[in-house]
Amino acid sequence: MRDQWAEKLLAGDRLALARAITWVENEDERGLSLLQEVFPHTGKAWVIGLTGAPGAGKSTLLLRLAEAFSKEDLKVGVVAVDPSSPFTGGALLGDRVRWQRRIAGDIFFRSLASRGRLGGLSRAAYDAIRLMDAAGRQVILVETVGVGQAEVDIMHAAHTVVVVLAPGLGDDIQANKAGIAEIGDIFVVHKADREGASDTARDMRMALGLSPEARGRREGYTPPEEGGPAWFPPVFLVSSLSGKERGLETLMTGLYQHRRYLEARGLFGERVTEEDRRRMEEVLSEEALRWVMERAKEDGTLEEVLEALKRKDVDPRTAARRILGGIGEEKRVP
Amino acid sequence: MGLMKKTSSSEKPASPIRVVVAKPGLDSHDRGAKILARALRDAGMEVIYTGLHRTPEEVVRTVVEEDAEALCISLLSGAHTALVPRVMALLKEAGMEDTVVFLGGTIPEEDVPAMKAAGVAGVYGPGSDLKVITADLQAKVERVRAKA
Repeated sequence: MRDQWAEKLLAGDRLALARAITWVENEDERGLSLLQEVFPHTGKAWVIGLTGAPGAGKSTLLLRLAEAFSKEDLKVGVVAVDPSSPFTGGALLGDRVRWQRRIAGDIFFRSLASRGRLGGLSRAAYDAIRLMDAAGRQVILVETVGVGQAEVDIMHAAHTVVVVLAPGLGDDIQANKAGIAEIGDIFVVHKADREGASDTARDMRMALGLSPEARGRREGYTPPEEGGPAWFPPVFLVSSLSGKERGLETLMTGLYQHRRYLEARGLFGERVTEEDRRRMEEVLSEEALRWVMERAKEDGTLEEVLEALKRKDVDPRTAARRILGGIGEEKRVP
Repeated sequence: MGLMKKTSSSEKPASPIRVVVAKPGLDSHDRGAKILARALRDAGMEVIYTGLHRTPEEVVRTVVEEDAEALCISLLSGAHTALVPRVMALLKEAGMEDTVVFLGGTIPEEDVPAMKAAGVAGVYGPGSDLKVITADLQAKVERVRAKA
């Protein structure tokens, strides 16, 4: 008999989905077995990541997109990640505050704290995405503050990455910095009602043109004139200012174009598989580390090596290899 | 992570308390709510702030989707007699009756018994000590966790 929580979750029950996310976040065994049980039902959702500097208006844009998708009768899931304090473990999760207007539609919104994964996507975000997928959420929007590791994480977790920029947050040098052009499938210059928005868009387009590593290109971008299904990251101007809204429809069209591009190239499923594999490796490295440390502690190798490290007899790399070597000859690192 | 509170029984650190700070109704003064949110955050909790002008339905939906263990309602409009029982009823309906509910703001002394009868676990007026609220909330959530 299938677990009743799994049953409820697959039927789209909000409470079951919310509780399942809590369990995986807390590494509660119930959550882990639930995820295993519903996993065959994942892989259908379209995961869209939003990233960018604080203040670019990601939360606002996220809600407008959630609303736009739900107006098309799609079930929307939102995962909003905010940083945990490294000192207290506490977090202020404020993305719901942007939900000022009455937003109709079927949207499931979950805030997650990064919980020790400094600057990165929350450890639980991956699991939360898969659980929402199993619960029938057709479009899942993932928002994260775009600093360092988070950008890389979101690039792997999402089918489509939207980088949100705003005028006045940096000049063309910023646009050319490593990391920005490589990550986005779509670029949005938000707050397009403000002065300098078109300059920011121009700088970004230029930076993308100069970047051989731009996302579509890296996957075998072929210029339109040479045939081939191609993707080159577009830059859209969007304003969410009340009364001056513009650009959302164009952005939605761009998102659907990207989805069609992924499907045409068989990348839609491939990105999910790739992310599942990454997640497996991540768990493996965590568990392997725990396993090795436990054994090294048991047979005293850990203490010995730490002493040697303190005396500066060994450097950290040698120390690590000595611990691995101590576990068994056959496991010695070459 | 290393600085987070550990439970005495196991090596796994206790998961942070997830709490929703809500402003239902029509008043627009959320300074108190924001100060409370900050204090709870500094006490190691994960605080979800709803923003202003939420309906009881929206507040409860937030509690459900965020799977919060506690809900702090801030009200300065005098509408607590109408809004709080509604929130409590909706929580029950949603299967979230274990949520620890605190109420803060301008709640007249004579209304406190009715609020407690409706299921509110604590009422805190202006000038309440943030440390006391935080400690009370922690204790009450821990009691619910122990029961589960």
